[in-house]
Amino acid sequence: MYSQALNTKDAAAADTSPEAASFQARIDAEERIEPNDWMPDAYRRTLIRQISQHAHSEIVGMLPEGNWITRAPSLRRKAALLAKVQDEGGHGLYLYSAAETLGVAREELVDQLLTGRAKYSSIFNYPTLSWADIGTIGWLVDGAAIMNQIPLCRCSFGPYARAMIRVCREESFHQRQGYEIVLTLARGTPAQKAMAQDALNRWWWPCLMMFGPPDTDSQHSDTSMRWKIKRFTNDALRQKFIDATVPQGHFLGLTFPDPDLRFDEASGHWQCGTIDWSEFRRVLAGDGPCNRERLAARQKAHDDGAWVREAALAHAAKQQRKAA
Amino acid sequence: MQETPRIRMLLGLADDALIHGHRLSEWTGHAPTLEEELALANIALDLIGQARALYQATGLPEDDLAYLRDPHQFRNVLIAELPNGDFAFTIARLLLVATAADLAWRDAATSDDSDLPAIAAMARNEIAYHIRHAADWLIRLGDGTEESHRRSQNALDALWPYTGELTVGIDRSAWLGAIEAVLERATLTHPADGWMQGGGRDGRHTEHLGHLLAEMQILPRSHPGATW
Repeated sequence: MYSQALNTKDAAAADTSPEAASFQARIDAEERIEPNDWMPDAYRRTLIRQISQHAHSEIVGMLPEGNWITRAPSLRRKAALLAKVQDEGGHGLYLYSAAETLGVAREELVDQLLTGRAKYSSIFNYPTLSWADIGTIGWLVDGAAIMNQIPLCRCSFGPYARAMIRVCREESFHQRQGYEIVLTLARGTPAQKAMAQDALNRWWWPCLMMFGPPDTDSQHSDTSMRWKIKRFTNDALRQKFIDATVPQGHFLGLTFPDPDLRFDEASGHWQCGTIDWSEFRRVLAGDGPCNRERLAARQKAHDDGAWVREAALAHAAKQQRKAA
Repeated sequence: MQETPRIRMLLGLADDALIHGHRLSEWTGHAPTLEEELALANIALDLIGQARALYQATGLPEDDLAYLRDPHQFRNVLIAELPNGDFAFTIARLLLVATAADLAWRDAATSDDSDLPAIAAMARNEIAYHIRHAADWLIRLGDGTEESHRRSQNALDALWPYTGELTVGIDRSAWLGAIEAVLERATLTHPADGWMQGGGRDGRHTEHLGHLLAEMQILPRSHPGATW
């Protein structure tokens, strides 16, 4: 689901070689770069980092939603949630595969996640406390992810762009499903409506943070823009999300936890209050409500699965010896 | 609820699928490989889909059946409700249960019930994949390393006493033949048939089902009458 503007600085050294010039010319002409094409090392590194962060986000993102599979309140909702979480795993799989085309192994990427060297979207460090969180994640988190990812369907790197086309199709289905869950709650009993409001109160600000730091603080956008990995700034995407989402929330009869939220007639945009960027930096640095639990859960699955993976390899080796 | 013989039969099949599907769904986010995350969730989804079709065939509201019955009203076999244990336990159970389900569905496919043959046609396609998946893994685990062999054998030993009620109503020797064919390739054995656990079909369950249902049913039970 969820790419996030997390990339740390990776200044591209000014490359004046003829290869670099022709590479940039291809990008400027909107051609796709494929795995075997020449590319600057910094382009490769940036993409490996971004695609793997995106893959890790899908995998870690299975945990907060998976938390409600066994408690989904109807069989229809249970099947839909299980299918959704399975889709996220599938997205992780194609994204790891897209990253592998750049010459890095999935095992190495997973190791980076487990050792804390790679990041994942900050949003998954927040807990899912009620069933309304499942609807709200679909509506807001998938909604924000779609805003981030639609432009990635035109990313200059072919395998990433193609993966995003499929991912976006599935995400927009998840987003509608999530909105429908929240709609049902908002029209339900007073307790259900309170559940929906509480979820919106908790998820709204973290969702706005999913677009990454404000443009004034983001040092790496220029290179990514020039390489057409990124096409819109964090603030532009955030604004688009706010403009799309606020009327949806009002339609539900819910309020946003922002006393300064107002419609600006002059610009035609909804303006939000000040985002608490210190919270964003703190959660990214490891101090969010669930950072430790999320990584511990991934680590436990990895450790508990070690004997299974060893067995599969041992069996495959025996089969190979028999065939030889 | 008037539990006619037909409803009781449908609930047996449906509860097996729902409760086993619930256990498999607990693996989501915790499986040994990413591919296996997808596979186990997929099998769980198939089973929950089968349960829904069967509940619907009773003519009663599916969610009332899943969410508002007490443990003693569930008709599933005990093996379906046992906690997942390790991956070997989960896989061995899947093989034992899916192989029995295949035989049960084979009979259902030719029954003169108004709904069962159509559900059986769908379910048999799905179960064929579940059996293949479980068999492939059990062969890998049995034949893989010393540890995986030991874990798989322990799982079979622990599960075996729960297979008695699994084969009530189907041909146990056909079931056993299919299981033994896999075990041989997996270099595993099964214990001799001895005393068998039972009671699930009559609503006498293990201690585990109450906890499973408490978790599964919490929302509809704590918000009576709400729509989700």
